[in-house]
Amino acid sequence: MQKEVDIVIIGGGPAGLSASISSAERGKSILILERNEELGGVLNQCIHPGFGLIYFKEELTGPEYAYRFIKEIEKYPNIEVWLETMVVDITNEKEITAINKDGIWKIKTKAIIFSTGCRERTRGNLQIPGTRPAGIYTAGTAQRLVNIEGYLPGEKILILGSGDIGLIMARRLKWEGAEVIGVIEKLPYPGGLTRNLVQCLEDYNIPLYLKHTVVEILGKDRVEGVYIAPVDDYGNPITDNKKFIECDTLLLSAGLIPENDLLENINIPLDPRTQGPYVDQYLSTLKEGIFSCGNSLLVNDLVDYVTLQGILAGKSAVRYINNEINIEKRSHIEIDGNLRLVVPQYLSYPILEDITFYFRVKEPQKSAILTLKDNDKRIKEWRFPVVKPAEMIVIKVKPEFLRYMENPKFSMEG
Amino acid sequence: MKKELTCIVCPLGCSLEIEIGEDIIVKGNKCEKGKNYAIEEITNPKRILTTTIKIKNGKYKVVPVKTTAPIPKEYIFPLLEKLSEIEISAPVPIGYKVLENIFQLSIDVITTRPMETKENTRKTKETKKST
Ligand SMILES: Cc1cc2nc3c(=O)[nH]c(=O)nc-3n(C[C@H](O)[C@H](O)[C@H](O)COP(=O)(O)OP(=O)(O)OC[C@H]3O[C@@H](n4cnc5c(N)ncnc54)[C@H](O)[C@@H]3O)c2cc1C
Ligand code: SF4
Repeated sequence: MQKEVDIVIIGGGPAGLSASISSAERGKSILILERNEELGGVLNQCIHPGFGLIYFKEELTGPEYAYRFIKEIEKYPNIEVWLETMVVDITNEKEITAINKDGIWKIKTKAIIFSTGCRERTRGNLQIPGTRPAGIYTAGTAQRLVNIEGYLPGEKILILGSGDIGLIMARRLKWEGAEVIGVIEKLPYPGGLTRNLVQCLEDYNIPLYLKHTVVEILGKDRVEGVYIAPVDDYGNPITDNKKFIECDTLLLSAGLIPENDLLENINIPLDPRTQGPYVDQYLSTLKEGIFSCGNSLLVNDLVDYVTLQGILAGKSAVRYINNEINIEKRSHIEIDGNLRLVVPQYLSYPILEDITFYFRVKEPQKSAILTLKDNDKRIKEWRFPVVKPAEMIVIKVKPEFLRYMENPKFSMEG
Repeated sequence: MKKELTCIVCPLGCSLEIEIGEDIIVKGNKCEKGKNYAIEEITNPKRILTTTIKIKNGKYKVVPVKTTAPIPKEYIFPLLEKLSEIEISAPVPIGYKVLENIFQLSIDVITTRPMETKENTRKTKETKKST
């Protein structure tokens, strides 16, 4: 079966929803392809508050945040939504192959926006030895089980990894009557936001074991317990000091990986630091007419930024179709010091508007200075009292500071 | 009495030292908001409660709910208990009042998403297909 539209959006989470609105406002025909049975992406299972403080200036839960956009897109006759539709392939000619109950679709389009979100690291990625009993879940799967399907994954729960989803699930499971034994974190500092450490762990006296990891899983049919051990300064477990912890469930909250298999199939280069595609300030990948936003571009900690990226990608896709993006030169942005990643990674000249840059740091640091340089010439500086790996740094830079740079470089120093 | 807290009002996360005597003295806060947070946390800590309740005949078996404002911490488990006994029936809109004026606090418990019935879910899908 065949179909033709101006813009196809792959993934109907918050990134795809805002991208669809911003491109529909500019008069294009939009098709959202979503593999789930409803729109909203991972927000549907994030029933806790803390969403929208930046974008809506009020505190919403995940489903409420999603609902605002789902209601909004109903106003646009030029946005079409196909649920339970999975995109399985794209070509360099921007032909999309998607599968749903009606069959296999070939969809021709002028621009594609990727908003496929991310997936969680699993036990395979983590390489924990031991048996393969039931009772091991990623924190996100457990979140879906409890908050959408309505059942408890276990009664005595240990969480590996102190990312936000794990912390939120610690409290959630405690509220549902489970015993939450603790949270184990390999690094010397927690992975989640301070707010979640306070409100999810400290409030309920759930211990956090920093510099520890799970070294073995025990149990035949069901998890019966795990061995945990401290790790040395290089992250290697000191197994002589291992300790047995009895539990029937192990939740893995060990990070997210942007979902970009489809981009890799057509050789669109991914940045090993973000695991999303390289993009310029239009959020255009290095392949013209293909854009990326939200968690498939980089792992965001606040949905508000995901929304802003979606809006920008939607606007850029329309400009691209209208031939309003004329690139004369492109420079690659380098990073240095305590910076772990930057988005966008490229500047396309001429620069006409403010550019929002997103950074993450490698390590926690007090009184940090972020400097923008061009060939060692200092252009601008930003100061931060503290920076943490768990919290994305977001700055907006005016075009006059970015004019025709040869070797733009951001660095974070003490 | 002395207590330590981490301020969560902004990403700075100042470590606060609180001395509780006749007055409450807060140290370590970089701004006034931190002081207010500490005093509130010591005298009357409050949290928004978000959980799910059972729903009959819905697209899913549970529907998410929240308190319309933060409630004193000591009410969290009693309220969870109360909510575990409640079952509503689909369809419900978003913002539907599940409980009113809980513990005389002038705070309600409301749904945070609409929940259509199973049948209705099927119908909307079929109309989608034919258009
Ligand atoms: C399990 C999990 C739990 C999270 N919990 C929290 C939390 O508690 N608090 C918080 O602030 N943030 C949380 N996050 C971060 C959250 O993902 C972001 O804030 C935001 O939801 C990202 O939006 P998105 O639109 O980029 O991605 P998503 O919301 O993940 O949406 C991506 C959508 O794309 C669809 N999709 C993917 N591939 C295809 C394909 N090939 N074909 C069709 N459709 C496709 C997916 O089904 C999904 O609906 C969580 C993330 C995950 C993965
Ligand atoms: S005291 Fe002020 S500056 Fe410090 S964390 Fe709290 S709100 Fe932020």
